[in-house]
Amino acid sequence: MSLWVREEVQEMLRGLELPGNHMTTELGTAHARETRVAARCLGLVKRYGDVTAVNGLDLEVRAGECLGLLGPNGAGKTTTVEILEGLTPPTSGTVEVLGRAWGSGDDNDLRQHLGVQLQETQLAEKLTVAETVRLFRSFYRRGRDVDAVVRLVELDEKRNSRVGKLSGGQRQRLAVACALVSDPDLLFLDEPTTGLDPQARLKLWEVVETFRRGGGTVILTTHYMEEAERLCDRVAIMDHGSIIALGTPAKLIAALGADQIVEFSVAEQLQEETLTTLSGVRGVHLRDGAYALTVTDIALALPALLDELERQHAKLVTLTTHQATLEDVFVSLTGRMLRND
Amino acid sequence: MTDGPDMKAKRVAANPSSEINTGTVKSDAEAVGRGRGSEPAKRQTMHPLVELTLTRVREFVREPEVIFWVFIFPVLLACALGLAFRNTAPEKIRIAVEGNGKNQVVAALERSGDVVPVVLSEEEAARALRTGNVALVVRVIGSQISDQGSQISDQGSQISDQGSQISEPRSQILNQGSQVSGQGSQTAFPQLIYRYDPTRPESRTAKLAVDNALWRAKATDNDLNARDETVAEVGARYIDFLIPGLIGLNLMGSGMWGLGFAIVSARGKKLLKRFAATPMRRSHYLLSFMLSRLLFLALEVAALVAFAWLVFGVVVRGSLIDVALCAVVGALAFSGLGLLVAARPRTVEGVSGLMNFVMLPMWLLSGTFFSAARFPQWFQPIIRALPLTALNDVMRAVMNDGVPLVSHWTQLAIVLAWGLVSFVVALRIFRWQ
Repeated sequence: MSLWVREEVQEMLRGLELPGNHMTTELGTAHARETRVAARCLGLVKRYGDVTAVNGLDLEVRAGECLGLLGPNGAGKTTTVEILEGLTPPTSGTVEVLGRAWGSGDDNDLRQHLGVQLQETQLAEKLTVAETVRLFRSFYRRGRDVDAVVRLVELDEKRNSRVGKLSGGQRQRLAVACALVSDPDLLFLDEPTTGLDPQARLKLWEVVETFRRGGGTVILTTHYMEEAERLCDRVAIMDHGSIIALGTPAKLIAALGADQIVEFSVAEQLQEETLTTLSGVRGVHLRDGAYALTVTDIALALPALLDELERQHAKLVTLTTHQATLEDVFVSLTGRMLRND
Repeated sequence: MTDGPDMKAKRVAANPSSEINTGTVKSDAEAVGRGRGSEPAKRQTMHPLVELTLTRVREFVREPEVIFWVFIFPVLLACALGLAFRNTAPEKIRIAVEGNGKNQVVAALERSGDVVPVVLSEEEAARALRTGNVALVVRVIGSQISDQGSQISDQGSQISDQGSQISEPRSQILNQGSQVSGQGSQTAFPQLIYRYDPTRPESRTAKLAVDNALWRAKATDNDLNARDETVAEVGARYIDFLIPGLIGLNLMGSGMWGLGFAIVSARGKKLLKRFAATPMRRSHYLLSFMLSRLLFLALEVAALVAFAWLVFGVVVRGSLIDVALCAVVGALAFSGLGLLVAARPRTVEGVSGLMNFVMLPMWLLSGTFFSAARFPQWFQPIIRALPLTALNDVMRAVMNDGVPLVSHWTQLAIVLAWGLVSFVVALRIFRWQ
């Protein structure tokens, strides 16, 4: 359909920074000494029988940054994170977390410095909020004050409530509290806001931002582009077990070469080729029976589109425009939507 | 529509961090976490093993139904079994008597008190035997003194005087009518035929009872000076046998169910995986289950022992400390076994099946409800090696026989070995996710 757009975008992204060449370009520079690496993996592969969950993944997470793994369900985000957390051994490839490899020494000593929130963990229902946090606190040599963490995630009013009585958002914040109570250097958040309502999501984002202000490193997986755009310094877009693009959200979007997306649908079949030649239009995609134009200048593109539709005697059914997002980056890279749920 | 660039600027402004970190990284990377108000653990939390054990206890006491299964159920079980097998007067066996001259026999049987004779016609007697209404039919065949029944019943000694010979052929009394009567023509006692089904234990008992009654009726007091003395001594009753076994059974049940379900459901909820992502020592997690079991153990055993003492008068002959030690060893062993059973399954259904597979043989074989000695000799080594058998043996020795614990150190070692080996293996093969 619009293969050329995809190729062009990928070329531009390659110019930005791709995991492979990014290290070689940086290591020699003066900055390299200041840049601490919180986690790194090279040629990471994880197979479950015939299924390849992670397929040759290279990634470097810098100390102090928030790196987002963005991708649809089944892209390999959780597997990648669990390998980094030392919960799943990789089939092949090397992993280094805070300068150490799993299994090379005292893993529990390394775990002292990590905070982990797993996807879909159900904490013991019969315990109270404070008891749960205190239990997790007891596993760490050093860490934060239990009450302070409970306050940080805004659960102080619920501190004596049983976990079973909490709402979904409160449970997720408690899970994050259990991850934060060790005062970790590196915090893993695996889809922390999936299934939460917008307000609960906002509260959790604030917790993460507070942690960031303290200088902590975060590795976050999500399939919400808003979440990635808001929280992450850099975003790695994953699909089929590998990273297909990596960069700041702004640069990834800019690589589309378009600010706006114009989506419309018509009753008739259109000649697509003519659409790509319209002024201000960079690319055309067909999404779920509707057309999506990536547009550099909407002031030029919109009148041109309407003229063209009239010329083809096509009747407009819907027309919307929006600011380009990471979702559009994903679509232009894969031809698929980010969320298919 | 034309304000695209403005909106973009706004978005970028709202998200200033998006442009950071592409080149250099924060210079305070030094502060990767350090010195952000970390505090030593001692101030607010206890040792992880203590916290984990407290967690177990909290989860346990906040689950009301667990209290029932652990404390009330064993007591109810003891109550039901104690009542079912209580020491009361044995039930009298009904005997049918038919034929001529039965009065003499009936009188003799009535006097014995062990059986209840019923006079029936031949046809009725056959039906009563068939339907299990009577255990035995005594057919009286032609008697010279058939009409003297009342006389005899008044003067029992008369019979015994006349019939000393009758005792001789007792061994020849078989089913379907061997003759009981003596050889002498002057014999006052009639010939008898016993009709019964030898596969019915009750019938065999009845035959012996009737036989015995008639024999006594013939014997003089000098010939036979035997009296029955029934035994209902404390320490030798069924309930005395039962209670130590029930304690063992309860230790097994609460160890297995308590750990199995808690662990497997935590695995299903990915809570185990979450713990595996912490520096928690894995042995601490497993040990916390054993320790919490010990805390409840005291209550569990005390409840049962106290109940048995108050209601059935079961006494502990040995030292209470030995009983406690024995219970501790048993509880640890079965917690270990519970851990082992729960080490791999992912679902509660899976672990239930496995637990039944482990526990059911011990329910049957380990001598809780009846002595394990009833099983064939070749099978005994296997039965003796089971942890519940060994525990029951030690518990009975201490509670019923009052011997010191050390005298049964081999059994105690068997129990301990089960616990230790299970724990070590469980720790090795434990599935954390």
